[in-house]
Amino acid sequence: MSHEHVSNTKRIWMVFGLLSVVTTVEVILGILKPEALHMNNFLSMNLLNWIFIILTIYKAYYIVWAFMHMEGEKSSLRWSVVAPLIFLVLYLVFILLVEADYIYEVFKNATIKWNF
Amino acid sequence: MGTTVTTAKSEGTTWGGGNEPMGASYGKLMMWFFIVSDALTFSGFLAAYGFSRFKFIETWPLPDEVFNHFPFMHGVNAPMYYVALMTFILIFSSVTMVLAVDAGHHLKKSKVAFYMFLTIIGGLIFVGSQAWEWKNFIKGEYGAIETKGGSLLQFVDNTGKRVKLEEFAAILPEDRVQDTRDKGVWFSSEGSLPTYSVAEVQAGFKAHPELLIRTEVIYEGSKEQKADKKLHPTLNSKKKQKSILTREESEAMLANAHYVVEGANLTRNEYGSKLFADFFFFITGFHGFHVFSGVVINIIIFFNVILGTYEKRRSYEMVEKVGLYWHFVDLVWVFVFTFFYLV
Repeated sequence: MSHEHVSNTKRIWMVFGLLSVVTTVEVILGILKPEALHMNNFLSMNLLNWIFIILTIYKAYYIVWAFMHMEGEKSSLRWSVVAPLIFLVLYLVFILLVEADYIYEVFKNATIKWNF
Repeated sequence: MGTTVTTAKSEGTTWGGGNEPMGASYGKLMMWFFIVSDALTFSGFLAAYGFSRFKFIETWPLPDEVFNHFPFMHGVNAPMYYVALMTFILIFSSVTMVLAVDAGHHLKKSKVAFYMFLTIIGGLIFVGSQAWEWKNFIKGEYGAIETKGGSLLQFVDNTGKRVKLEEFAAILPEDRVQDTRDKGVWFSSEGSLPTYSVAEVQAGFKAHPELLIRTEVIYEGSKEQKADKKLHPTLNSKKKQKSILTREESEAMLANAHYVVEGANLTRNEYGSKLFADFFFFITGFHGFHVFSGVVINIIIFFNVILGTYEKRRSYEMVEKVGLYWHFVDLVWVFVFTFFYLV
């Protein structure tokens, strides 16, 4: 790249600290599984899983933006990478999870029971 | 030269490698688009995992019961510790990679080489750790019984603690031997026989009246489950745990046994749903393969750095490109970690 290169080692270590803290929080929550989070649902997923997924996306943002240096790229490149991914992944996840839930219902309500 | 890296000379000349779309060189842009397509591949795998899990939501194995090993802590229940360690190793190797890229911007050859070296070591440790994880997964710990209908039965004692097959299975005088070609069976072979036969497990179960059977079904504390006479009255107190049967029902269930399952392979596994092991092998295997190829590419670039190839070019952009790939591998692991081990 042609723009000037200031050394940003300080920021790299900061992001490393951040990612470590987030991972530690995830692991602690995963081991403790606090009742209040694990047993309560929001949009048919328990709160603990919501926290995990949000923290994962938060980590992903920092990896892409700081480590892969997306923040230094032009916005056209940023969008041409991030936009198709967000759109296609949401689409894929939506289709597959809804269909899986449907199949689960079919199994559950069918005349043939899981009798073993 | 013009094709590998854009130098100041070619700037502005469209046919000399200049005039870069989106302000990124050809190589970097293509690495980004490769990453986009690879990310979609991994999303497909993880979404397929979600599909199967939602389909069998009531019987899916609980990950913190499966991945609870830690080196030198045999028999200790350590859920998630090991995989957390692996995550830290991979994040750290990502940090050394980005430090190498940073040193490359300042054309500090020896620093780039040093950080690349650390990255390679981190990658190798990660792949090794994954191999150890696979070893434990394949070997298994407790063993289980598959019924004629294909569901899986595990054994617990009267406090709800898991019991290994070897702790109770009877030894019967049986002459079933491993079927191999040299024993005169014409062009025939079979998978290795389990340590115990179904009859031995059944006899052992009968001799130990304190044993109970744990099914794959997750106890949710619903009305039907509370009213169910087949479920053990006191042991099923916690929600989101596998449900335990009464002694009578356990005996009835075990009468349907048809196969002893030890460890995991692509056909069946002792943890629960057959698809679980398939997805484990496929997704972590595909990711592990990415890490492995990342290490190989890093080694090649490392030697190029040492030989001074990029010093002569006055540009360490190649380190940057391989760095993009390496960070991507880390990025994928963050998601695999969440969806396979946490959720």
